Amino acid sequence: MSVLTQLFAVAWFNLRSLPERKAAALTAAVGIAGVVGVLVGVLAIAEGFRRAMTVSGSPDVAVVLRSGADSEMTSGLERDATRTIADAPGVARNSAGPLTSAELFVIINLPKRTTGTDANVPLRGVEQGAFDVRGNITVIAGRRFATGRNEVMVGAGAARAFGGLDIGKQIKVGQNAWDVVGIFTANGGLAESEIWTDTAVLQPAYHRNSSFQSVYVRLTSAAAFQEFKDALTTDPKLNVKVLRLSDFYEEQSTAVTKFITTIGVFIATLMGLGALFGALNTMYSAVAGRTREIATLRALGFGAGPVVVSVLVESVLLSIVGGGLGAAAAYLLFDGYRASTINWQTFSQVTFAFRVTPLLLGNAIAFATVIGLLGGLFPALRAARLPIASGLRES
Amino acid sequence: MKFLLLIWAGLKRKKLRTALTLLSIFIAFMLFAFLGALKEALSGGVSMAGLDRLIVRHKVSLIQTLPESYKARIQAVAGVAAVCHQTWFGGIYQDPKNFFPNMPVEPAEFCAMFPEFVLSDAAKNSWLNTRTGAVVGRATAKRFGWKIGDRIPLRSPIWGEPSGQSQWEFDLVGIFDGAKKGTDTSQLFFRYDYFEEARQQQKGQVGWYTVRIADPDRAGTIAAAIDREFANSPYETKTEPEGAFAQGFAQQIGDIASIVMAVVGAVFFTILLVAGNTMVQSVRERTEELGVLKAIGFSNLRVLLLVLIESCCIAMLGGFCGLGVAWLIIASGNPIPSLLPVFILPTQSLITGALLAVALGLVAGVLPAWQAMRLRISEALRRGA
Repeated sequence: MSVLTQLFAVAWFNLRSLPERKAAALTAAVGIAGVVGVLVGVLAIAEGFRRAMTVSGSPDVAVVLRSGADSEMTSGLERDATRTIADAPGVARNSAGPLTSAELFVIINLPKRTTGTDANVPLRGVEQGAFDVRGNITVIAGRRFATGRNEVMVGAGAARAFGGLDIGKQIKVGQNAWDVVGIFTANGGLAESEIWTDTAVLQPAYHRNSSFQSVYVRLTSAAAFQEFKDALTTDPKLNVKVLRLSDFYEEQSTAVTKFITTIGVFIATLMGLGALFGALNTMYSAVAGRTREIATLRALGFGAGPVVVSVLVESVLLSIVGGGLGAAAAYLLFDGYRASTINWQTFSQVTFAFRVTPLLLGNAIAFATVIGLLGGLFPALRAARLPIASGLRES
Repeated sequence: MKFLLLIWAGLKRKKLRTALTLLSIFIAFMLFAFLGALKEALSGGVSMAGLDRLIVRHKVSLIQTLPESYKARIQAVAGVAAVCHQTWFGGIYQDPKNFFPNMPVEPAEFCAMFPEFVLSDAAKNSWLNTRTGAVVGRATAKRFGWKIGDRIPLRSPIWGEPSGQSQWEFDLVGIFDGAKKGTDTSQLFFRYDYFEEARQQQKGQVGWYTVRIADPDRAGTIAAAIDREFANSPYETKTEPEGAFAQGFAQQIGDIASIVMAVVGAVFFTILLVAGNTMVQSVRERTEELGVLKAIGFSNLRVLLLVLIESCCIAMLGGFCGLGVAWLIIASGNPIPSLLPVFILPTQSLITGALLAVALGLVAGVLPAWQAMRLRISEALRRGA
C-alpha cells in the first residue's frame, strides 16, 4: 500500500472509532469550544472599542487643538483663532462658508441605566458646520437642535446607556434645563456616546464666553492636510497642534485599548496553556486506550508515519469542531452586545458594541487548530514508537 | 496513614496523566487568582473608603471647580468635624505614559484627614517648612526611583505654566506608605499655598472637598445639609459618602470589569470540566483494582473515601500551587501602574480559591467514588480494564 493510502485508511479508521470514545472526545471539544468562545469574547471587546473610537476618523477631517493639550478638555482657543483657522488654505467650503465647527467639550453627570450610579457623559457644543464636517450624522428620531435654544440632541449610544435622555424629556445641568429634541447615529462612531448642543448656548452656561476648545475642519481632500497643517503651525498668532481626526482618535484611545488588549492576550495565553494540557491529556488517554489496536496495525505493516498522522488528524479535527462551536456560540452571544466604559484620557464614557469580525473568528479557529496539533503531537509520537510485541499483549 | 500509600500509588499509576491534570488545574487557579487581583484593582477603592468621610463635589460634574471659600461654610454645618480640599492637577512627569495622580492639598489638614497615608513626623515637618515641598507614595517613588531630596518637574496642560517658570518643580520631602494592604500609594501631593500663588488661572478654586463627620450614621442627613447650604448658588454641590463616590467610579469602568469577570469565570469552569473528566476516567480504569480491594475486605465507605481523597489531592495540589504561584507573581510588581494603581491579591480571593479547589476535588470525585462504592465485587473482577 502506498503511504498515502495507508494514511487515509488509518485516519478513517480512527475517526470511525470516535463514537466509542464519545465522552472523552466530547469533553475535549467542549474544552476547546469554551476556550475559543472566551477568547473571541474578550477580543471582541477590544475590537468593538477600537472601532467606536476610530470608525469616525475620516482622513479628510482634521482637528485643531491648543498646542500641548493632550485632550480637548485641556485645550483652549479664542474666537479670533478659530476664525483664522477657518480661513486657512485646504479647508473645504460650500455656499454657506468654510466647513468648520468650533467646539466646546464638557462633562455632565447622568445616571447609568444599568446601575443607577453617576457616569461622566460628554456634552459637546458644536456649530452648524459640524454636520457637514463629520459627514455621517444621521438623525434617527426627532430633529436637530435649533441654534440659540437650550436644546440638545443625543447620540444613540448615550440614549441607550444613560437615564433621562428620551425625546421630550429635560436634562437639568446646574442652573440650566435643556430639552432633548432628537437622537442621532454616527455610523457607530464616538459621537454616538455624546450629547450635542449649540456652542453659543453652551458657552455662557459654562462661563466660557468667547473661548472654544477645538476646531473640527473638513479639508478639500485628504492630501490637503499637510498644507493646512503647515499654514497653521507657521502662523505666529496661533499656538496650535493639528491632527488628522483618525490620528486624534487613535491617540485618545491608546490607554483603554492597550489595557483591554493586554488583558486579552494574557487571558488567551493562560487559556491556551490550560486547553493545551487538557488536549494533551485527552489524546494521551485516547492513544493509551487503543494500544492494542495500534500495535495490531503496526504488526500488519502500517508504517509509523500514517499512525502519527492519523492521531494528529483526530486531534486537529476535534479541535476544529470545538473551535467552530465556540466561535459560533461567541458570535451568537457577543456580536453587537452593547457596553460602555470610561475612557480615562477624556474622562468620559464611551459606548460601544462588541464586534466579532471574520478575522477574529479566523484567528480563534487557528488558535484552536494549533492547540489541537500540539495536543496530538506527543501522543502521536508515542503511539508510533510503541514496541509492537508488548503492545499486542496489552489488555 | 497507611492508606496514604494506596492513594499515592493510585496517583503514580499514570504519571503523565496526573501531571497534565495537575497542570490544567494549576492554570485554572492561576487565572482565578489574577481575576481576583484585577477585580480588586478596578474596584478596590470602595473597600478602602473611609466610613466617616464624605466627598463634596460640584453638582454638575467632578471636573468643575468649587470656590475655596466654601471650606469655612462647610465647616460650619452641624456634624462636620473636619474639612480639607484637593484639586486635580493633572501633572505629567516627562511622558503622559508615566501617569500618576497628583494634587495640591493643605498639608496639616490633609494628614489629619487621611490617616491611611503613613508619613513620618520628620517628613511632615519638612513638608510644612518647604513651600515647594511634595510627598509621594511608595509605589510611585519605587517606579521612578525617586529619593528624598529629588527635584520633581511636572507640566500641567490643565493649569498651564506657573508664574515665572516654564514648568512646575517640587522638592520631594517625604515618601508615604499605606496603612493597609490595599491603600493606593501612587499619588503625589504638594502644597496648596504654592499652587495658589503660582497658578495663573482660576485662582481661588479647588476641585473637591473631603469632610470628616463625627457620626457615620448621620452621613445622609449631613450630606443633605451641606448640599442645602449651597443650593441655588452658582456652584451647587453634591455630597456623598466616600464609599458611594468610589463605587460610582468603579461602576463607570463597570461594564468592562463585569465582562472580564464573567469571561474568565467561564474559562475557569471549562478548564476544570476537562480536568474533572480526566479524574473520572482514571477511576473508571481501575475498576478491577477496586474490586480486588473490596474482595480483600475494604469496606464500601473506605473505598469511597479512597477515591474521594485521591481526587481531592490532585485538585488541592494543583489549586494551591496555582494560587501560590499567582500570589508570588502578583507580589513581584504591578505590570501597568498607570492603569491599575493597586495590584494585590486580596485574602478573600485566596480563601475562595482554596475552597474551590477542595470543592473541585469533591465534585470530580464523587460520581466515580459512588460508583466504586456500589461496585459488585464479582462484576468488578470480571470486567478487566
